[in-house]
Amino acid sequence: MGDYTIAELEKWDERIRAVAEGFGLRPYPQEFEICDYKEMIGYEAYAGMPAHYPHWSFGKAYERRETLYQLGIVGLPYEMVINSNPALAYLLRDNSLLLQILTIAHVYGHNDFFRNNRSFSLTRPEYTLERFKAHADRVRSYTEDPSIGAEKVERILDAAHALQFQCRRARGVKKRSEEDQKRSALEKARPRQDPFQSIHARQEVRPPDLNRVPLEPEEDILLFLRDHNPYLETWERDLLTIVIERADYFLPQIETKIMNEGWASYWHYRILNALDLDPDLQFEFMIRHNQVLRPLKGGINPYHLGCRIFEDIFRRWETPSRQEQEEYGLPGGQGLEKIFLVREADRDESFLRQYLTEELVRDLDLFRHEKRGGERVISHVATPEDWTTVKETLLKSVGLGTVPVIRIVEVKTHGSHEMILRHEFDGRELDAEYAERTLRYIQRLWGRKVVLETRLAGERCQMSCDGKEGKVQISRL
Amino acid sequence: MAVFRDFRKEGIDRSARDRARHRQLVREAIRDNVGHVISEESIIGQSGDKKMKVPIKGLKEFRFIFGESAPGVGQGDGNSKPGQVIQRDPQGVRGLPGEPGSEPGEDIYETEITLEELVELLFEDLNLPEMERKRFHVLESERQVRPKGYRLKGIRPRLSKKKSLIEKIRREQSLARGGAPENEAEERVPFHERDLRYVHKVVRPKTFSNAVVLCIMDTSGSMDVTKKYLARSFYFLLHRFLKTRYQNVEVVFISHDTEAREVTEDEFFHKGESGGTMISSGYKKALRIIEERFNPDLWNIYAFHCSDGDNFPSDNEDAIRCARELARVCRLFGYGEIKPVHSPSWSSMLEMYKEIKQDNFVTVTIRSKEELWPAFQTFLKHDRSERALASNG
Repeated sequence: MGDYTIAELEKWDERIRAVAEGFGLRPYPQEFEICDYKEMIGYEAYAGMPAHYPHWSFGKAYERRETLYQLGIVGLPYEMVINSNPALAYLLRDNSLLLQILTIAHVYGHNDFFRNNRSFSLTRPEYTLERFKAHADRVRSYTEDPSIGAEKVERILDAAHALQFQCRRARGVKKRSEEDQKRSALEKARPRQDPFQSIHARQEVRPPDLNRVPLEPEEDILLFLRDHNPYLETWERDLLTIVIERADYFLPQIETKIMNEGWASYWHYRILNALDLDPDLQFEFMIRHNQVLRPLKGGINPYHLGCRIFEDIFRRWETPSRQEQEEYGLPGGQGLEKIFLVREADRDESFLRQYLTEELVRDLDLFRHEKRGGERVISHVATPEDWTTVKETLLKSVGLGTVPVIRIVEVKTHGSHEMILRHEFDGRELDAEYAERTLRYIQRLWGRKVVLETRLAGERCQMSCDGKEGKVQISRL
Repeated sequence: MAVFRDFRKEGIDRSARDRARHRQLVREAIRDNVGHVISEESIIGQSGDKKMKVPIKGLKEFRFIFGESAPGVGQGDGNSKPGQVIQRDPQGVRGLPGEPGSEPGEDIYETEITLEELVELLFEDLNLPEMERKRFHVLESERQVRPKGYRLKGIRPRLSKKKSLIEKIRREQSLARGGAPENEAEERVPFHERDLRYVHKVVRPKTFSNAVVLCIMDTSGSMDVTKKYLARSFYFLLHRFLKTRYQNVEVVFISHDTEAREVTEDEFFHKGESGGTMISSGYKKALRIIEERFNPDLWNIYAFHCSDGDNFPSDNEDAIRCARELARVCRLFGYGEIKPVHSPSWSSMLEMYKEIKQDNFVTVTIRSKEELWPAFQTFLKHDRSERALASNG
């Protein structure tokens, strides 16, 4: 135990919560669990969940974390918060009092973000813990079922994990039902009103193929496999459901990583400054704060980037310069109101697109790098001409931007039931080895031949994988 | 107010099972990558405790990701200029040639294991269910007579004086305890027929198991480095495996183009290639060596021939005849056709060898490192059972 008592923590927590709510934060009720470093690594490996289904990848995550920690390459996280109601956070027992105070303030930032950001509105945080517990129970029951067993469960989970984030990007938009898709297909095929119909040749009407599966290219690969492969067993389908639900839960966090960390850091800083700490604590606070928000040379520290942008938004809306006042019509004095609005409405991509200004790109010295030969070389820096290129590249690599867009274009309905997938090429090619292996996973879940159209080494090509697992053929298109 | 919970969950290790499973998978991954390692080692004369470094990549969790060529964004210290190199040639830190480069964040562990451990790893999980039941052929070398216990009857030369005396004393003692009359007790107690003990001897045949591996390799012009590399890895596995099963394993290297020579290991793998191919020459040489040095009654002979199948057509008939002959004297005779994926050669001996019906003759095709292990397994599955050997011999 560090230099504090639980009673002290309770006292500090009360003050912190009062200050936070005074600023306008509206967090869920909060619970803290104090744990040692092994438990902390354990929670980290299982995404913070007190109950989680078993899979070797979590064992790997644990070992990796522990090794890195033992080697002193990474430190331990000071905290972990999970998006649940009440929010559940873990504090490391051996941390000093100041670190606990800092962490508690930080946790309230996350907590407020989970509760109020629009991306999280469908995550049903009241049931988070129960849902994960139910997942764990179901997976265990399949593992223990003598007619299924751990090996078969692992085969499905391996494949499902590979595809878990191949899902719809537009989370905020309701998924269109099949009838809806049919209607719009018919709509599209209907001939346009032609005011000169009498003198024009008759328009050709080509009826749309309403039996096509899927009607529109489908991004939710796992969902599609679950609903369209009649040969999957009930338990296999249930495993897919479990992985889909898990991914649904984590997606908002992936989509708001920079904002979320930025928001929590922004608030722990303001809250701690409002607490009137003793000089000792204040000094340690400054050191710790700077450690957390240290820029990561050659990479991006989401805490730092997010926090800087929130500070900048606050400044521009609170005390805009004369030039900004004229240019953007900002009257000033709206800082808090603005950042709360941003916290509610945005996710990383829209956040950066709107608020990462040229000045910020320059101040942060962001650059774009690419591969030339065997080396990684800086290609663009924050000059007036190039800063947008840097920004665009960054926009593509946040949230789901790091996941290639792969869509199911067609399933041959007669005979072969071959599935055709297309990689929507955006200038970035797939890693061939990974693509091959992932394609095999799709084949495993589909049971029939699968074909992926993509580009490799500058040429359009297709990878196909049929019944025999392990053989992927690549041919040019 | 927030709730603080501070309970210590001593002894609960929730990730133990997942970690164990992960380790098991890593172990399997090492085994699958062993092909890279073994080809670096010299086949003969390596002591078992030599340490080798085996780089193993962390188990990859495959998903769709962008390749290395995708651009990224980073943060500098305020002086970034276009053209600055931020990461030098990542190939410098790569583990093995021919492996995809290690992207940032990819885990590479390096474990150090001994050759012995490696071999153990290789063969422990060997998925050869039949192998386990099959006994490896053992030969009776000599008869040895060894003492085993005592008997009441026997021939005079085997009388055990010591044991007999002990028996006599025992009888005396029991007589005394039984309260025999005193005058009798003073009498001298003579040896009785029942006191005598004779050494019992049993005849125990001493077995030993000798094996010889005949490595026959085509060193004609068409056998390039890649092909030899594959062949070499195969021979290594074979040699190592037999070593775990037999007490004494010898290796003979025969290289042939149009004629065959017995060579040293070094020459076998490193000598330049030239000339055409007459497979029969290699087989004839092998047969001669067997005849001269390895009596099939005393030796378990394993022969394996690696070639790319580019034989002179006129030699085919001869080759098949010799192959039959070899299969007759060997416990196991294999032919491995090495056809790397990019090899332009199309000729093959596999068709020809279909004529040979002996069940201890096996043909395998090896196209890449990955196929080594399956090929090896297929090969060993055909090892003659005891029964088959008896009926053949």
